[in-house]
Amino acid sequence: MSAEAAADTKTTYNAPSSVGQLGGRALVAGVVALVLCVVGAFVNPAGFWRAYLVGYVFWTGVSVGSLAIIMLHHLSGGGWGVVIRRPLEAAARTLPVMAILFLPIAFAVFTHRLYPWTVPEEADLEIIKHKAIYLNIPFFLGRTVFYFAMWFMLSYFLSKWSLAQDSADDPRERRRLKDRLQNLSGPGILLFGLTVTFAAVDWVMSLEPEWFSTIYGLLIMVGWGLTSLAFAIVTTVVISKDERLAHVYQPRHFHDHGKLLLAFVMLWAYFSFSQFLIIWSGNLPEEIPWYMRRLFGGWGYVAVALVIGHFALPFVLLLSRERKRRARSLVVVALLVLMMRVVDLFWTIAPSVLAMPHHGGGADAAHGGGGMADVVAYVLNFITPIAIGGFWLWWYARELASRPLLPLGDQGLEDALADANGHH
Amino acid sequence: MRKPTRPAIYGVMAEFDNPTDVVAATRRAHEEGYRNMDAYSPYPIEALSEAVGHHKERLPLIVLIGGIVGLIGGYALQYYVSVINYPLNVGGKPLHSWPAFIPITFETTVLGAAMAAIFGMLALNGLPEPYHPVFNVPNFALASRDRFFLVIEARDPKFDREATTGFLRSLGAQEVADVEH
Repeated sequence: MSAEAAADTKTTYNAPSSVGQLGGRALVAGVVALVLCVVGAFVNPAGFWRAYLVGYVFWTGVSVGSLAIIMLHHLSGGGWGVVIRRPLEAAARTLPVMAILFLPIAFAVFTHRLYPWTVPEEADLEIIKHKAIYLNIPFFLGRTVFYFAMWFMLSYFLSKWSLAQDSADDPRERRRLKDRLQNLSGPGILLFGLTVTFAAVDWVMSLEPEWFSTIYGLLIMVGWGLTSLAFAIVTTVVISKDERLAHVYQPRHFHDHGKLLLAFVMLWAYFSFSQFLIIWSGNLPEEIPWYMRRLFGGWGYVAVALVIGHFALPFVLLLSRERKRRARSLVVVALLVLMMRVVDLFWTIAPSVLAMPHHGGGADAAHGGGGMADVVAYVLNFITPIAIGGFWLWWYARELASRPLLPLGDQGLEDALADANGHH
Repeated sequence: MRKPTRPAIYGVMAEFDNPTDVVAATRRAHEEGYRNMDAYSPYPIEALSEAVGHHKERLPLIVLIGGIVGLIGGYALQYYVSVINYPLNVGGKPLHSWPAFIPITFETTVLGAAMAAIFGMLALNGLPEPYHPVFNVPNFALASRDRFFLVIEARDPKFDREATTGFLRSLGAQEVADVEH
């Protein structure tokens, strides 16, 4: 890199103005979707809360999953991570939005609208009463505060030291910051694994408190990793449309992102199938109903759609080397994966109370009120991700624009920017 | 008794001391119309194999077929054993319990693909190859250390001993040598 080019880098790698415009548009879409959600909430309150959880878990996944990918990159290195580090850091800094958006869930917990264990005295099963030592409101909320505190801490230091690298001129200082980032990332990955496992159990699995699965935390974890990676790919493709940045994101980077995406898709299928195979083989009365609710009635079609859209199709598409290397075709797979993540959460969360409309009433039809209200509940599952996503993306665009899009002080930057010939 | 059509030499070898030059030279040679050529480097250079024109390989297709054969074979084996040859009632489940067949089907798919990858690779690249003319150039030993080589083979229709040697020199090669058979 010549001296002249070095002087330019600070401005060259600023976010293009399109990022701000997209953020503004996302906010408008979010507000419109929010209005629809409020209307839906009046038609079918019970359905609304489950749908809200779908959107909430999806977007929290992008924020928290990004933390994991940043830390994986600090531990393993590589050009693939250098070019998406800043988008991932910006995604992790959206955690305040998700913390605020947890307040409605806290409200639903206090008013006994979402989780059956919040009213143990009404629970049919004795076992739920015995679980009250863990599943009670103060402890539940306390744990959530703890998860967010840990995630904030990771996000704060990973972003802070990364930014400090940009302005550090002394190579020794850069080296020291790199060591710090690495030393945080090792224990950070462990912390991530533990907090996400418990968050998955608390926020999602406890919707059906009589049921449990020990692989559940891993399932949510890999789902979140997949979501944030797919989201980072989409971001990269959007910002690489800017002429000044086009040379940064090369086929070999997309190739690596595509390989990682394929690995995450396979891992998700592996964990999902493991859980299914074990429960299906055991066929025990306390375990199998969870799958009965999700495989019979109309939900069976959703399950098949997941096998195809969340595994088979992305798997086959990502086998092609050329498709991984071409940004335009990789982004299509990434968008498919993001959509299927919503469907997966819908399939996981919604059947805990609902049945598909043309297959009769749900487990608590009393909450819904039949046909129309059920349909509203299903539709809501796909509107809440837009509503929450609007605010999330607006904040994300601001965070992304607030710093250079590349870690200027990263020792791997020059290698990452070198073209395939070894030219700089 | 050599065949009359056989060229006098195997080809011409150019030596470079850095990867950038060998990639540029290979690209130029490809533009010039040379097709029967090969490049040698101490470590894999992705751009180099693309420049030589190696990116259109048949190996991925062979691996895919191997995987599909493993997939169908593994599933068929289990179906034959569990349903036709030795039906057993396990926990009241149907004889054709597909979820239980998936893990082994997955394993045989990987096995088939891996076998196809290894043997397909050996079949396509001709290894093991006890003799290769490039080793007749003394400097070629450096190909496993810090030098990069481009060989244009004499069987290339565009090959001309004088012209090709001159062309390689013009690309900034450290040295250009004939490769004897």
